Amino acid sequence: MTKPYLVIEAGKTEQRYWQDIWNYRELLYFLAWRDILVRYKQTVIGIAWAVIRPVLTMIVFSIIFGKIANLPSGEAPYPIMVFAALLPWTFFATALNDAGNSLITNSNLISKVYFPRLLIPVSAIGVCLVDLLLSLIILCLLMFAYQHSPPWQVIFLPFFIFLAISVSLGLSIFLAALNVTYRDFRHIIPFIIQLGLFLSPVGFTSSIIPEQWKYLYALNPMVGVIDGFRWAILGGDHKIDPINISISIGITAILLIFGIKYFRMTEKKFADVI
Amino acid sequence: MCVTIKVENLSKKYVISHAKIEQYRTIRDIIPQKIAQWKKRLNNTFAEEQAYEEFFALSDIEFKIKTGERVGIIGHNGAGKSTLLKILSRITEPTSGKIQIHGRISSLLEVGTGFNQELTGRENIFLNGAILGMSKRDINQKFDEIVSFAEIEKFLDTPVKRYSSGMYMRLAFSVAAHLNSDILIIDEVLAVGDIQFQNKCLGKMESLNQSGRTVLFVTHNMNAMTSLCNRGIVLNKGRMFFDGSVHDARNIYLDISKERIFSIENNSGRGGSGDAKITNIEAIIQENNQINITIKIHIEKKLQHRTDMQIAFGIDAEDGTRVATLLSSWVDFKPKVINEEINAHCTINNPALTPGRYLISASIIFQGETLDSVKHCATFSILSNTTSFHIERLPDWGYMDLNFEFNNTQPLLHGKSNEN
Repeated sequence: MTKPYLVIEAGKTEQRYWQDIWNYRELLYFLAWRDILVRYKQTVIGIAWAVIRPVLTMIVFSIIFGKIANLPSGEAPYPIMVFAALLPWTFFATALNDAGNSLITNSNLISKVYFPRLLIPVSAIGVCLVDLLLSLIILCLLMFAYQHSPPWQVIFLPFFIFLAISVSLGLSIFLAALNVTYRDFRHIIPFIIQLGLFLSPVGFTSSIIPEQWKYLYALNPMVGVIDGFRWAILGGDHKIDPINISISIGITAILLIFGIKYFRMTEKKFADVI
Repeated sequence: MCVTIKVENLSKKYVISHAKIEQYRTIRDIIPQKIAQWKKRLNNTFAEEQAYEEFFALSDIEFKIKTGERVGIIGHNGAGKSTLLKILSRITEPTSGKIQIHGRISSLLEVGTGFNQELTGRENIFLNGAILGMSKRDINQKFDEIVSFAEIEKFLDTPVKRYSSGMYMRLAFSVAAHLNSDILIIDEVLAVGDIQFQNKCLGKMESLNQSGRTVLFVTHNMNAMTSLCNRGIVLNKGRMFFDGSVHDARNIYLDISKERIFSIENNSGRGGSGDAKITNIEAIIQENNQINITIKIHIEKKLQHRTDMQIAFGIDAEDGTRVATLLSSWVDFKPKVINEEINAHCTINNPALTPGRYLISASIIFQGETLDSVKHCATFSILSNTTSFHIERLPDWGYMDLNFEFNNTQPLLHGKSNEN
């Protein structure tokens, strides 16, 4: 067996960074596994909490927006309409919060052991993905209860899940890296999430947005994701606009590229400033 | 033997702020700072930003470590040991310089890195193993070994937050001890646990060495270092101070840390009438194997014009054995008092001493009466490579490095001396 050869030099970025990430893939799994285990230790109902939160939000939204505000839901029942949007939104919100703060909560690891730091926010997102998959099962049950069968577009759902992961990843690694130096982002992240809930079509459909503002609205990448989820799950009069989706994909790509770039740029200083 | 680690010109710079010590920066702090900087620049383009200072935690470090060497790295707090280990284990980046490493490296800068209080012992073994770079297969393979070394079989499924601190440490060390790497970097982990477990750890580390593993070991525990390492590096203020045998490194470290030395001001061995006061003694070993001892003595006015005072130095081994006494009158030296002060210096040529650390006592004598005396207030170390020993002296070998030779004699020629 040949021994690995390593050169450490100032200012030189690790050439085998991506290979390193691959070598440490088991650690990715263990970090996510740890977070899931720890989250439900010493709780009575355990992982059921992952389900209860979105279900309760769905009920509240259905009552406030569907019954009191009487916003239209199209052909699909209002709870399913809300739930289809809550899935990607809850995923995005928890991912942003958990992954955005993940470097800070794991600062003891960062200052004591080497491994590609990107694993930390990625594993946090992995945990959120598990929640998302659980919620999808609830959605299936809900659709069964309302006897709403999914349209053929449901085969595109994995693509929109992928898009949701990419948006969350791009933004959260950017915020996580910023958070290491500027702890302001610890306060900014909850604000983004709070505001985003109203700026994204969660409690309503994006069809109520006036035509002339449509593309500006689509600059929020979650608009494309949520519209996509609704289109794939509900079908019927929930249409997707190819230009909207393209804008979403574009913004996501930009976020992802800049996120990774900034993260890699600052990564080597993490241990010094955290 | 091939070189495993090669470090060239390694430096690490930190920028430290003088204004106040901040845990972290916030934009609120930065904006007024930047504005102030701009204002300053507008007013005076050459204004120095004095709030920040560059601080070199390491500068120009160079060494090579061969496969299988066990290197102890010692130095005071802030000498740069931990920074060096952090750079070697890729946690932080050097400011300049280059390091080449052949082989798998694993570092143990803290016991139980990444242990989670909520998880059970079993879960933590897997988690900690993965964090330290073990694969799941490795961990599964060594799981039983790890558990039995840590002696926690009964508590495997108890959350570690309910462990005693000893159990916690044992488990943490045990995981790390079963790492499968070519180079092991250890920072001060043996400072924990009871004596029995510390010995077990040392034993384990010795057995790791038998398998040809390279070990870098940072410690303050001189006994652990001398028993474990075969080479010592002393860092002082971010620079390489010494690189050589582990015993020499130990002595030099004790010298610079003034260990086992009494201060002159509060010297417990102080005696004499008090008409003179020894204020400073320093001993330096020169390159040409000379020892220079300088002494400064304050003399009371009534003795100002006497020239028949005597300075005495006593040289003791570390165990307190008197090795030599030097009296100034033996070499007809008359100390001169200038401005109520004697400044004298004594040179010892080619000290015939065995490697080790020696402590100096001093006194000033006038007409048979001791005016002042101080005990063990300076130190010097004889390095093994300057003597005929070349190795560390064993405790019962004495203190003299005599100039001697051996020859074969002819057994048949009685009464005649051997010419050769």
